[in-house]
Amino acid sequence: MPKQASRWQFLANPGRFLRVTRWLLPALSVAALLVLAVGAVWGLAYSPPDWQQGETVRIMYVHVPMAWLAMGGYSGLVLLSVLGLVWKHPLADVAARELSPIGALATGLCLLTGSLWGRPMWGTWWVWDARLTSVLVLFFLWVGHAALTRAFDDPDRGARMGAILALVGAVNVPIVKFSVDWWNTLHQPASVARLAAPGLHQDILYPLLVNGLGFSLAFAALALAATRAGLLERRLRALQLAAARRADVA
Amino acid sequence: MTPKRRRLTILLLAALGLGTATALTLTAFQDNLVFFRSPADIAAEPPPPGRNFRLGGLVEQGSVARGTTAEGRPNITFNVTDGAHTVRVQYSGVVPDLFREGQGVVTLGQIGPDGVFHAREVLARHDENYMPPEVADALRRSGHWNPASGDPPPAAGWNRLQPAQASERSSGG
Repeated sequence: MPKQASRWQFLANPGRFLRVTRWLLPALSVAALLVLAVGAVWGLAYSPPDWQQGETVRIMYVHVPMAWLAMGGYSGLVLLSVLGLVWKHPLADVAARELSPIGALATGLCLLTGSLWGRPMWGTWWVWDARLTSVLVLFFLWVGHAALTRAFDDPDRGARMGAILALVGAVNVPIVKFSVDWWNTLHQPASVARLAAPGLHQDILYPLLVNGLGFSLAFAALALAATRAGLLERRLRALQLAAARRADVA
Repeated sequence: MTPKRRRLTILLLAALGLGTATALTLTAFQDNLVFFRSPADIAAEPPPPGRNFRLGGLVEQGSVARGTTAEGRPNITFNVTDGAHTVRVQYSGVVPDLFREGQGVVTLGQIGPDGVFHAREVLARHDENYMPPEVADALRRSGHWNPASGDPPPAAGWNRLQPAQASERSSGG
């Protein structure tokens, strides 16, 4: 049991996090750029058009990774919120607070690219079906979390409120995923994450997976960079407070 | 250890309560969460006349008739089917590029006294399959799939098919 606790400590120690991410962050960033470059060339130049959607199908190479990150990132936020609320890990609080603007960005891009795709294919920018509406709710949860964690003078209080919001919002994650199966929607059902064989031809599936990996690496790099900045900010604040207290005493 | 376990217990109980409440709410609103109604839904429960609703299904093979209205706008009539039931739809306006026989559509409008669904809006609803034109051609020529009759066969049968192989297979019959 104590051994396990020390393993948790290893992950949660802010000083060690800063040391590890000092080299991990540039490595991740370079890897993200390389994979995204391959993905862009493959997706734009070397993958075939779709038999009925034509070249428009290439929007998928951005839209689908953004949707994966919106959902996967939110699952990460839920995990960080549990760690912050139950185990009171300060690193989890900082990471959750720094993750939400990035998650909001991914979800916003998912909605935007989906709208740009929907207009030429479906014939509409937007409909209030269960999938689109639940993703819009996901976007508001991300934005709400970003605002709520920053709305308190005491960062610990903000982190606690944000964690509660993130956990309440977790019920939306299965709703987003299964909305296309539980109710009929304008949005089509899942093509990749399903029990049957992927509904994408391999010449379209592989560039999609490469782009998914590239955007995930970029997402991770952004989240790590923001968390590093958040930790350093917190450290600076603590130093400033201590200096002010010393000046007060003197 | 005890406060941690207490917080975890409270959290799990809250999650259980919230999950149950959400599940019950969603079940209660099931009918309102559907985006469109199928021809079978309408046959089972005809909507009151003059009531707007969305009708969805596949465009029935061989049912599309195009013309122009008296004002010179494009006019189109077609059947929306779910296999069991069909509803005749009339729409004057431009349909999406993806509109074709065998394609999913969602139309917004109301059923007139003539029993025809008069649509104000027609949206195309494509399936979850993506394939290069050569593969689609090969499936069609080999008789494995007629796009006008609906969705393609299970993806495991074609998602690794290479266009070169595909043309061989189709030329071989």
